[in-house]
Amino acid sequence: MESKIEVVELNAGFGSTHVLKNISMSIPRNRVTAIIGPSGCGKSTFVRCLNRIHELVPGAWVRGKVLLDGKNIYDSDVDPVDIRRRVGMVFQKPNPFPAMSIFDNIAYGPKIHGMKKGLERIVEDSLRKAALWDEVKHRLKDSPVSLSGGQQQRLCIARALAVEPEVILFDEPCSALDPVATAKIEDLILELRENYTIVIVTHNMQQAARIADYTAFFLMGELIEYGETAQIFENPRDKRTEDYITGRFG
Amino acid sequence: MRSRVSSLPFFRGISPDTLFQIFLGSIAVLSVLVLAALLLRELIVGAMPALSAYGVEFLFSAEWNPVLSEFGALPFIYGTIVSSLLALLIGVPLSLGIAVFLTEIAPAKVRAVLSPVIELLAAIPSVIIGLWGIFVLAPFVREHIAPLLMEHLGFLPLFRGPAYGYSVLTAGIVLAIMITPIISSVSREALLAVPRLQKEGALALGATRFEAVTGVVLPYARGAIFGAVMLGLGRAIGETMAVTMVIGNSPQLFTSLLHPGYTMAAVIANEFTEATDDIYLAALIEIGLVLFAISMVVNIIARAITWRYLRVQGGS
Repeated sequence: MESKIEVVELNAGFGSTHVLKNISMSIPRNRVTAIIGPSGCGKSTFVRCLNRIHELVPGAWVRGKVLLDGKNIYDSDVDPVDIRRRVGMVFQKPNPFPAMSIFDNIAYGPKIHGMKKGLERIVEDSLRKAALWDEVKHRLKDSPVSLSGGQQQRLCIARALAVEPEVILFDEPCSALDPVATAKIEDLILELRENYTIVIVTHNMQQAARIADYTAFFLMGELIEYGETAQIFENPRDKRTEDYITGRFG
Repeated sequence: MRSRVSSLPFFRGISPDTLFQIFLGSIAVLSVLVLAALLLRELIVGAMPALSAYGVEFLFSAEWNPVLSEFGALPFIYGTIVSSLLALLIGVPLSLGIAVFLTEIAPAKVRAVLSPVIELLAAIPSVIIGLWGIFVLAPFVREHIAPLLMEHLGFLPLFRGPAYGYSVLTAGIVLAIMITPIISSVSREALLAVPRLQKEGALALGATRFEAVTGVVLPYARGAIFGAVMLGLGRAIGETMAVTMVIGNSPQLFTSLLHPGYTMAAVIANEFTEATDDIYLAALIEIGLVLFAISMVVNIIARAITWRYLRVQGGS
């Protein structure tokens, strides 16, 4: 399996708090990789290290390597702004920009990257890929605030797609959504898998089992076990993984 | 068991909580309304001689000659509006710059020191700022700023000489300094209240910090920032002491900002003691009425727009 991201001895934290401890793992191209684990195990911090968003929090620090297509994104000659365009992110709560219309929310990314023409096309394509086009095509000028939570989250996915990323990080994208909206997002992730490398953080083990090709189990900032999703859930090698997925803690 | 409703004849059947709410509500509403009404009545009664003598003409006449009993409020209305807008023109970019610097750029220690210092500026009595205006700013404007403007922008009537130190420009700068603390501190609060996910959402698309702040964070907070600007405008319109000390107090329809002017608040403060005959006094009170009306309108507009923005954002 060809890897898109290679994480090598990654350590990260805030001030004197050591959150991630020596994480090494390989994230395959065009697959869905789920990160599971109890609250506070460092799974969010982990994905936030993959697009260099973590370091924006005051006091945050990172050590180790994250190779994207073989190139360490923490090398001094790498522009974090460029990494964040290539590695998109969808957050825990839908965060559309309320001061912009639905159209401008999607067009914002391409615009800041200097695109002036063909925005209509990009907006439509992105909304179609995010399975939102039919619901909003007549109200592109409206504020995104009028959309439901699930629609807002798909808008955020469309917004991320509009800058043509290679990897998309989902940080518990369904934690604020109802089951129907959750199912739509999951279907969408499975479709996006064709063209993108996807990493999804979830506290919902059923969700990981439904959509992930590979699953990593984090505990107290350490990577306990990582493998094909079926193996992790049916035949975990580590006692702690087994305890977690059978619901004995967390 | 005791009944939880009133047993007084008139309020029979009303719960004590409802009574309490009605009681407090009527006190709050009545006191505000009664105060405003009394004030307005006082102004109208006092201004009545001028109102009946000059009518609407009062607002559009530029003649102000107490000796001949010619009274027109236009130079003061004009001076108030121009000096206040000038204050916003200088003060708003400055305040937003300070607010963005404090929330986005300054290290925590710098922020902790600088924020209270800026807010402390608002506590300086305006007469002190006026003194500084007289001794420092007015000479500086006359000798440095005005010649520079005349040299480079002198082709505009706005910057035509000769340059006076006591001028609308000086008043505008003084007002800008006075409204910067309030606008910057309220804007800073507004920026701090923007959810971190908004900025991260922009950064995650590959925006630079500058693009995230100007494109997403500031627009998110625009309603509250607009409210902050209106608060500043309200202060600039009503400011009396510092302005009257530096604006030159000359009732004319100036075109050059380097020339002296006059404002509504300044003329009331300056000429009240001299207003010996009834019509003079009434004219000054009518200017007070106009000032009151303009301030009310500015505040109502500010409230309405802030409220609308807040309502839009409430859903997100």
